[in-house]
Amino acid sequence: MHYFLCLLLLMVGLFGALTQKNLIKIILSVAIIEHAVNTFLIMVGYRHDGTAPIVDRAQVAGSSFASGAVDPLPQAMVLTAIVISLGVLALMVAVAMRLYHTYGTYDITEIRKLRG
Amino acid sequence: MKLLPLMIAIPLSVAFILPLLPKKRPRMADCLAVLATLALLALAAMLIGQSGVYALGGWRPPVGIVLVLDGLSWLVLITVALVSFLVTVFSARYMEQYTARGRYYALFMLMVAGMNGAVLTGDMFNLYVFIEVAAVASYALVAFGCHEEELEASFKYAVLGSIASSFILLGIALMYCLFGTVNMAHLGQKVSASGLNRAAIFSLVLFIAGFGLKAALVPFHAWLPDAHPSAPAPISAMLSGVLIKAIGVYALIRVLFNVFGVTAQVATALMVLGTISMVVAILMALIQWDLKRLLAYSSISQIGYVMLGFGVGGAVLAAGGSPVIAALGFLGALFHLVNHAVFKSLLFLSSGALEYATGTRQLKEMGGLGKEMPVTAGASLVASLAIGGVPPLNGFFSKLIIILACVSSGHYGFALAAVLVSIFTLAVYMKVQKYAFLGKPAEGRKSVHEVPAAMRIPMTLLAVLCLGMSLMLLPGPKKRVLDPAVQVLMDRDAYIQSVMGVASALGAGQETDMKIAEN
Repeated sequence: MHYFLCLLLLMVGLFGALTQKNLIKIILSVAIIEHAVNTFLIMVGYRHDGTAPIVDRAQVAGSSFASGAVDPLPQAMVLTAIVISLGVLALMVAVAMRLYHTYGTYDITEIRKLRG
Repeated sequence: MKLLPLMIAIPLSVAFILPLLPKKRPRMADCLAVLATLALLALAAMLIGQSGVYALGGWRPPVGIVLVLDGLSWLVLITVALVSFLVTVFSARYMEQYTARGRYYALFMLMVAGMNGAVLTGDMFNLYVFIEVAAVASYALVAFGCHEEELEASFKYAVLGSIASSFILLGIALMYCLFGTVNMAHLGQKVSASGLNRAAIFSLVLFIAGFGLKAALVPFHAWLPDAHPSAPAPISAMLSGVLIKAIGVYALIRVLFNVFGVTAQVATALMVLGTISMVVAILMALIQWDLKRLLAYSSISQIGYVMLGFGVGGAVLAAGGSPVIAALGFLGALFHLVNHAVFKSLLFLSSGALEYATGTRQLKEMGGLGKEMPVTAGASLVASLAIGGVPPLNGFFSKLIIILACVSSGHYGFALAAVLVSIFTLAVYMKVQKYAFLGKPAEGRKSVHEVPAAMRIPMTLLAVLCLGMSLMLLPGPKKRVLDPAVQVLMDRDAYIQSVMGVASALGAGQETDMKIAEN
């Protein structure tokens, strides 16, 4: 169920990025895609009723720590991915602002100097 | 091996120093950037013939991140180092048109650091991080001039690029979910033990789409013809010359061949994608009148050749055919990858020289420049003949090898397409020569001067490389440079062994930590 919702979120983001005409809405759609992927990563490491993955040496030997704690690796990866997507989004917002200054609009149908 | 992290550390630290230099002394930034890329080139040259694994922070694989140097990563590493050195030399004069050169070089160095990291790393998530470092720097560099088209191209590139990155990250998350590791060699081991189920195949598709978008394969190419021409010429040379190869082609090939192991379906997908890219892009290139846009389309077409070569090799390998033919396909693809880096960066630099001298990129507004700019014209002619596949230049041999591999493995249709596209490529570049350098000056064109020496020297060096690189196929250099790279693709188990073998070789001090991670 959770995974299905996550997939739905990804699809919403992709749909938005492909169909929206407004620069800001496109940026938001990209953010939604990134959030969907991050959520998926978190869910990979999640464990129902798990404990925080913090341990001291005395606890390790023969304990049930490893079978009770959530997986810390995806959490570390998501932190990194969030920082990266923050950088990319900030850059995209900056470019969108410059585009607004030159064209006076956020509508991509009116920003058309280039053709594929 | 101790020197390996320097390939990432040098450009990264220089990138942070550069914006701090005094703005009134732009020459300092030029010197520092050229010195840094020269150091990288020397370092990469020193590593020739070596291979090994560096465990970052002493954490052994599969827990820690490893840097892996083998024939394949060395080949891409030296290509990146060579092109980035010559491009920084060229930038010193060319970038005088722009302000904020410290920041330009800072982004440039960040891009180089990202590429070197992506090439060296042996860890899937680390690969994603380095790809993003290189990609973010390239989004910013495309918008560097801050004109309308540049901003628009950069936005398009950034949106498509981040969607591609999200696909790659989703693929990595799926692989972690299935196999519980992100180390490439460990992942490879587990994949060969358990085989691919449907979820793993889905992540394979995500990787092909994600890296395919970064490598601008048709139908994922829409951003490239906007982004590459909009960047300043030296950056176009970097983007077309090495960026799409390091974070697109190389990363895809590494993941497909060393982690997943190539299957017949994947090989067919590569061949089909490659051929479509080759054919569609060269037809688009034919009708362009903007010189840099023409070059950008031609880049997509040439990447198609590289993919076709890898695909043919993979198909033979997956079908259990003759290893000699498989090696031929890989050899052609790798040789063409290096060749394309050389002649496409030369073509973009010469287009930059033309723009610097005449102030236009439109072929129809040039004409007769051959007499006024003999060095640029000569360098451009050599590169055009090389990319058009005229013997005995390097492009002829790499294309010939790819076509031979197609024919000898029975893929006659693909071979025919490759031959036809080669003829069209020659036609495209004859058009460039005719309209830019030969004939009469276009009406209203002012007389121009040859570009300064700092721009002529890198172009001349690259032209000499185009002429001389065919020698790499002689038995001696081939054995040292190209064969080790081919071997990495042929032998997946050797790659896994070389990394996982380090796990037992490194000290036993982290036993307890290992236990936690494995549980």
